[in-house]
Amino acid sequence: MRYRLDINGAIREVDVPPEMPLLWVLRGELGLVGTKYGCGAGLCGACTVHVDGAALRSCQLPVGRVGQAKIHTIEHIGSTEAGARLQEAWLRIDVMQCGYCQAGQIMSACALLGQKAQPSDAEINSAMAGNICRCGCYNRIRSAIRIAAGMDEEGSHVA
Amino acid sequence: MSHELLRAGVDRRTVLKASLLAGGGLALEVLIPLPASALKAGEQAQAGPAQLSAFVSIASDGTVTIMSKNPEIGQGIKTSLPMIVADELDCDWSQVRIAQADLDQKRYGEQYAGGSTATTRDWLPMRQTGAAARAMLVQAAASKWQVDAGQLSTARGRIHHAASGRSIGYGEVASAAAAVPPPDLASVPLKRPDQFTLIGRPLVGVDSHRIVRGEGIFGVDTRLPGLLYAVYEVAPAHGGRLVKADIESARQSPGVSHVVPIAGNGDADMGLADGVAIVASNWWLANEARSKLRVEWDLSAAKGHSSAVYRSEADAAIAAGPDMHLRIDGDPAAQLASAARRVRARYDYPFIAHAPMEPQNCTARYADGKLEIWAPSQTPQRGLDQLRKVFGIAPEDVTLHLTRAGGGFGRRLMNDYMMQVTAIARAIPGVPIQLMWSRQDDIRRDYYRPGGWHSFEAGIGADGELRAFTDHFVTFGDGKTTARAAGFNTAMPPAGLIEHLRYSQSMIPTVVTTGALRAPGSNALCFASQSFLDEVAVAAGTDLPHLMLRMLGARREVAPPPGGSVVFDTGRARDVIERVVQTSAWSEKPAAPRRAKGFAFYFSHRGYFAEVVEASVAGEKIVVHKVWVAGDIGGQIVNPMGAENQVRGAVIDGLAQALAGQAIEFVDGAVQQSNFNDFQLARMPATPEIEIAWVRPDKPPTGLGEPALPPVIPALTNAIYAATGKRIRSLPVRVA
Repeated sequence: MRYRLDINGAIREVDVPPEMPLLWVLRGELGLVGTKYGCGAGLCGACTVHVDGAALRSCQLPVGRVGQAKIHTIEHIGSTEAGARLQEAWLRIDVMQCGYCQAGQIMSACALLGQKAQPSDAEINSAMAGNICRCGCYNRIRSAIRIAAGMDEEGSHVA
Repeated sequence: MSHELLRAGVDRRTVLKASLLAGGGLALEVLIPLPASALKAGEQAQAGPAQLSAFVSIASDGTVTIMSKNPEIGQGIKTSLPMIVADELDCDWSQVRIAQADLDQKRYGEQYAGGSTATTRDWLPMRQTGAAARAMLVQAAASKWQVDAGQLSTARGRIHHAASGRSIGYGEVASAAAAVPPPDLASVPLKRPDQFTLIGRPLVGVDSHRIVRGEGIFGVDTRLPGLLYAVYEVAPAHGGRLVKADIESARQSPGVSHVVPIAGNGDADMGLADGVAIVASNWWLANEARSKLRVEWDLSAAKGHSSAVYRSEADAAIAAGPDMHLRIDGDPAAQLASAARRVRARYDYPFIAHAPMEPQNCTARYADGKLEIWAPSQTPQRGLDQLRKVFGIAPEDVTLHLTRAGGGFGRRLMNDYMMQVTAIARAIPGVPIQLMWSRQDDIRRDYYRPGGWHSFEAGIGADGELRAFTDHFVTFGDGKTTARAAGFNTAMPPAGLIEHLRYSQSMIPTVVTTGALRAPGSNALCFASQSFLDEVAVAAGTDLPHLMLRMLGARREVAPPPGGSVVFDTGRARDVIERVVQTSAWSEKPAAPRRAKGFAFYFSHRGYFAEVVEASVAGEKIVVHKVWVAGDIGGQIVNPMGAENQVRGAVIDGLAQALAGQAIEFVDGAVQQSNFNDFQLARMPATPEIEIAWVRPDKPPTGLGEPALPPVIPALTNAIYAATGKRIRSLPVRVA
């Protein structure tokens, strides 16, 4: 089947079976390898992308159901205001170890900040619980989200 | 320990060769000799042509390029080793570019990520290399200005002559420096620690900018023109053999271009199991086609290899008594017989998987007898050796590129994926192939941290001193040799600290592949022994930190047991214990009910770590509130930014092993877990605050990938005991 997908602000055409998850369209057909495979079952969040602004697991989204939705991936996130702040915060405290899951972490964090400009710790934990970091960078992921949200690293609001 | 480092740096004679960089500048070849054992007979370490792969090069515009020689798996070595070179070179970090070296051990020395060894091994050679390059640049400037080199100083990539006020950038003298005879590395002056400008400064990882932008730098991101994607179906049980395969309907699946049955070589260590490869234009299409395969497997070798059977075999082995003694000090039997108080307990832990986030994968192209590989491997040289053994491919016919790896944890010490992709690429010559395992494959085909059982006994004197300590360890092996990463550590405390001690062992056979997992030989032994010593401490009327301090006694060096090489310094152990007792306010007990602190200490991979966990228990729910860590990995923390991340990661990893229910179980050799639903990793909501304190004696720096992990598990189980009175003697933790 041929699909015209709105990805990172451009229309991309692919010819793939409708059941193929968006993840494998991105990685295998379009060369957008920033979105990662981790589990194929929606358990780890490594493949998180934005579909009309909402964080979704692209390994669970068949391309046939994408339709006209606007897809944003990690490759594009730096051109959004919140995404750029998150990238900067990630680098300020060098969140990552191996880095493999971080695209998914940033995508989930960005969707969170889209819903809540200054989330509480409980809201951060809840929004990020679906994203596994095997290296255990969670303390810094939390801090980076706070920094990007204009709060200090420990969670209180910067005056 | 310092003697060992000196040998690595001086006696083995790291050699420098200088040449003119293409386009102008200095290219420095550094030959860091391999240990004799790593060279074939008659072979000598040799430099290839310089230039492109020079270890350190300084271009005429001042850009310093440093090769990162070791695999980067998230431990931060790609940043920290170049930092050491750049500091002694006295250049500005913004001038530095890091390039990942291909595998070439004759040129770069050992290229290996494992055992927290790189910082220990490379600290001095990296410093000498940077210092030598600096000395050559200074000499070139001295010649240019007709002054004595002793009158010149350097800072941030420039050479200054205070007397005349002149200064010049490194790049401007780099070409001239190529003609300066390289200095003797053993005597090249090194900085004093107070002169370091980069070492000890928290620096952002050199790949971090690319990671946050989603650039493709991992093994699975390798993209080549005409690349096809492969999956590799193997038997559903460990040790299974392929009998026959009907591949027709898989071959007709959408996107599938090739289906290739492959005969393994029967050697599980080599990792080329019997299987069927499916190759397609998209990985998902290849994976989808697996359900169309009709394969008959011979699973008879795995019959009876079930977790329940292993448990009953371990029970029988403990009841029968040890097959062999590994270490006997003094007369533990007599001391136990005369002890005022005896404590006995059994401990056990399960097999666990590594489960790095990037599944095992490898990319290869085979054409005209030449093999090119892109591998996220921790042991690329071992992979090269395996290619010769398994396929007869000569090392000179292989080009092996190291990609960043999405986590290692010891899994990528094995090169099974490299053998598999090579077998597929050889069957489809000229076509680049990327093999990737599904998560299910990755969980089910691991080289697991093996399970084990311990039967401990301790004798306590009337004075409350620990008089005797014995451990009967039941592990996996063929009766003569333990399985990979299933051995004991006869230096395990309290060995060397008390007079009467016995360590014994029995083995039960397994077909399951086992291997090293972060802090191998320590992660599980520390849980069992430090939890049991906590029982001993309570029985002796004290607590574990104070029992450990009493046993450690005066500051001294304890010689390693026969076959060992690492000296244990009781003073350094005391210092981290005393530090964490202080930082955690150990003597202050939490006021809330069923909330308490637990402590543990371990010495692993040359690092001294003492940790305290504060946890509370409500029903079946365990909450870890805070973890305090005191660590000693020598006088210099090369990159505190990465170092603190390693410690936090190790703590979180250990807590997940205990609390997330991690256990791999078998039924007739078939793994029962398959994904992150039934093999759980740590998640953010369970992550506690982690406070780190460094003890920094004047000792050479050592590695940090591993040693922070072991103590956190018994610190947690000891906290649970203190909170509830229930001993946790089996992992994963269950309090119900």
